Amino acid sequence: MPEPTLNSYLLLSAVLFSIGTAGVFLRRNLITILLSIEVMLNAVNLTFVAVDRYLGAVDGQIIVFFVMTVAAAEAAVGLAIVIALFRHKESLNPDAFTSLKW
Amino acid sequence: MEALLFWVFGVVAVIASLLVVGQRNPMYSVLILIVSFGALSGLYVLLDAPFVAAIQIIIYAGAIMVLFLFVVMLLNIPTEDPPTGHHARLLGGAGPRRFGAVLSLLLVVELFWAMSRLQPAPLPGAGTAGSTTVYDIGIKLFREYSFAFEATSVLILVAMVGAIILARREPHA
Repeated sequence: MPEPTLNSYLLLSAVLFSIGTAGVFLRRNLITILLSIEVMLNAVNLTFVAVDRYLGAVDGQIIVFFVMTVAAAEAAVGLAIVIALFRHKESLNPDAFTSLKW
Repeated sequence: MEALLFWVFGVVAVIASLLVVGQRNPMYSVLILIVSFGALSGLYVLLDAPFVAAIQIIIYAGAIMVLFLFVVMLLNIPTEDPPTGHHARLLGGAGPRRFGAVLSLLLVVELFWAMSRLQPAPLPGAGTAGSTTVYDIGIKLFREYSFAFEATSVLILVAMVGAIILARREPHA
């Protein structure tokens, strides 16, 4: 088996990112959409760390640290919005929320 | 050995992510996503980044996923209805969804086209001059990135206040 190169990590990251994108577009459940966003963020993190290793730098890992912080904030606010929406409509289907005001 | 571990972790991460997206029950999605994060953490160890591997487990699997799990259990979320009628076909759904499916397919094609044009770039061996330690990360984080680091504390404060305001039950006068 050949040793993994930078290309193998980038390819794996691309596959994960594509899965996340497909999830965001195709699922009809707000929670699963948020989870797909987490999958995409992780794919990007993998790219950062792999390129970091390739260049022998440390900046990518610091960016990953910040990405994780933003992901935590995004999850907290996103889930709070999901809770508020679920209270109003008893549904998590994004197609159920079509009006700006009710 | 490294190649074998790369394949094991990579395949586990991809399969787990596919299952996350394919599940109708969000409860299972959240639990399987933790498996995917574990595999990614293994990949970070292979990439000589133990700090990232550790915070991946602690922050993602330990904090963010527990938050998701709490919300899924709190809301008693119904499983997604199986698609009916014209929703049943992947590319035959409502207009926006069909458009989204085409867009994500386009992204996949684009990504793989870009990948196929790359020259193979072998990674430098472990423990060479280029390898980094947690010490280096700490020095750089608190010197060059100290402003960004402080800014994240404000970000988290804002997110915390926002989450409380949004999820609060509206007082019915």
